[in-house]
Amino acid sequence: MDMQTLQTLLWTLAKIFIIIIPITLTVAYYTYAERKVIGYMQSRIGPNRVGPWGLLQPFADVFKLLFKEIILPANANKFLFYLAPVLTLGPALAAWAVVPFSDWLILADINASLLYVLALTSMGVYGIIVAGWASNSKYAFLGALRSAAQIISYEIAMGFALVCVLIAAGDISLKGIVEAQQGGVFDWFWLPLLPMFMVYFISGVAETNRAPFDVAEGESEIVAGFHVEYAGAAFAVFFLAEYANMILISALTALLFAGGWLSPFENVPVLGGTLLATHGIGWFLAKTVFFMFFFLWFRATFPRYRYDQIMRLGWKVLIPITIVWVVVAAVLVLTGAIVRGS
Amino acid sequence: MTAIELVFYLFSTVLTLSALAVITVRNAVYAALFLVLAFFSSAAIWMLLEVEFLAITLVLVYVGAVMVLFLFVVMMLDMNSERVREGFARYLPVGILVALIMAGELMFVIWTKGAEKLPLPPGQSDAGANTALLGERLYTAYLYPFEIAAVILLVGIVAAIALTHTGRNPNTRYQDPSRQVSTRREDRVRIVSMPGAGSKSAEERS
Repeated sequence: MDMQTLQTLLWTLAKIFIIIIPITLTVAYYTYAERKVIGYMQSRIGPNRVGPWGLLQPFADVFKLLFKEIILPANANKFLFYLAPVLTLGPALAAWAVVPFSDWLILADINASLLYVLALTSMGVYGIIVAGWASNSKYAFLGALRSAAQIISYEIAMGFALVCVLIAAGDISLKGIVEAQQGGVFDWFWLPLLPMFMVYFISGVAETNRAPFDVAEGESEIVAGFHVEYAGAAFAVFFLAEYANMILISALTALLFAGGWLSPFENVPVLGGTLLATHGIGWFLAKTVFFMFFFLWFRATFPRYRYDQIMRLGWKVLIPITIVWVVVAAVLVLTGAIVRGS
Repeated sequence: MTAIELVFYLFSTVLTLSALAVITVRNAVYAALFLVLAFFSSAAIWMLLEVEFLAITLVLVYVGAVMVLFLFVVMMLDMNSERVREGFARYLPVGILVALIMAGELMFVIWTKGAEKLPLPPGQSDAGANTALLGERLYTAYLYPFEIAAVILLVGIVAAIALTHTGRNPNTRYQDPSRQVSTRREDRVRIVSMPGAGSKSAEERS
């Protein structure tokens, strides 16, 4: 291996750290934001003891989890039990490799990046299944089965929603999809693909096992689902993966349906040339945070779905809508209602 | 050895070992997980050949969907590893025959075409616009085979459902969600005014 290769490897490694460390910090403060936002929505004040306004609470939680003992249940499969959290976290972080933060801030600008994201997010389910099986616990196993069935079902609706985006953009790379949405807030795909936008986000909430689709955790029936036997750092890794996935879904929604790093005021006459009309990473982050807020809002608002109704919604409502809209999207492109990169 | 060769040998070793493990390990769940690993490593090798669409689709379809369902079934079965062993010896001759045919085919290709890297298919650039090229080929030159394959798959789906679906059991109770969500308070609750012990009526108290 020559010097050049080594240098490329080290440089790539540095870039990976530049992406992963902010994500980890965002996860930490996302949990804080979740407790604060839901707190205020329920007329409480949320965490306020550790640090000013409770701002150091995430770190207190992290240290508590790291210092706790990892308990291995009796007759659990030791190797798979420890492997499962890694299997969940790996894909959740690896998917970020192809996320374009702006038109040049991408770790790996590959052609089929949307497919890559879809393939990796579909692998996250292994961590859950393996965790449920290796724990040697009925609650964990039931939670894993529920979760896996739900993820597989909603992946179909999600995949078809993405097919509509591909038809509209005529490109399979995330960067190309964003560039196809140029022209201001009404040229973004949320408007022509409005039903797909909603289907995608609902499927995203279901894929991440969040409220109101969090039957995989269902406290009142199966305690905490697939990770009921996990404690300490192993539990923290599951937690990290779940929140990293939520942020990923928000970021993808921003990229696919809300123009990514594009400014919403692009073609507004008065603002032309000002800071508001320039594209950049700031817009992408703002849109991602906007969608992240919805996850918290949903959790504070909706009661949990019954399990059979989750399946009914996925298979009998969302999938037929997406299949119809694949045809509609093709017609919209043919008639010129969707203009790519005006 | 270049970095690419290193990656190739790494993944092909993992692929061979995990494929061997699939048929030798006792635990059926382990076997399924090793099969996942084998799919994943072969996807990585395809990626080295710059066929990114096929590589990612292999992960998406086989790892992400097919094997999840497989694992699902395997986990819920109470597998008897001894009986699985018996089958191993019985199917061994057939397995060896298939393996020999496959090895012969591979050898034939290498002997006739040479062991050097084969040229890229016409139209594919080194940059790897593989997805667009594949789509174009499938929907122009190979449209009929492609559509026929799709129809055969559809027939397979219909047949599988027709074979397993026994019709609705008349004793099964089920709920109609559209009726459930359209119920109003008046359908379920009747507020009765009860003159009695207290001086206030039920409605005033609430």
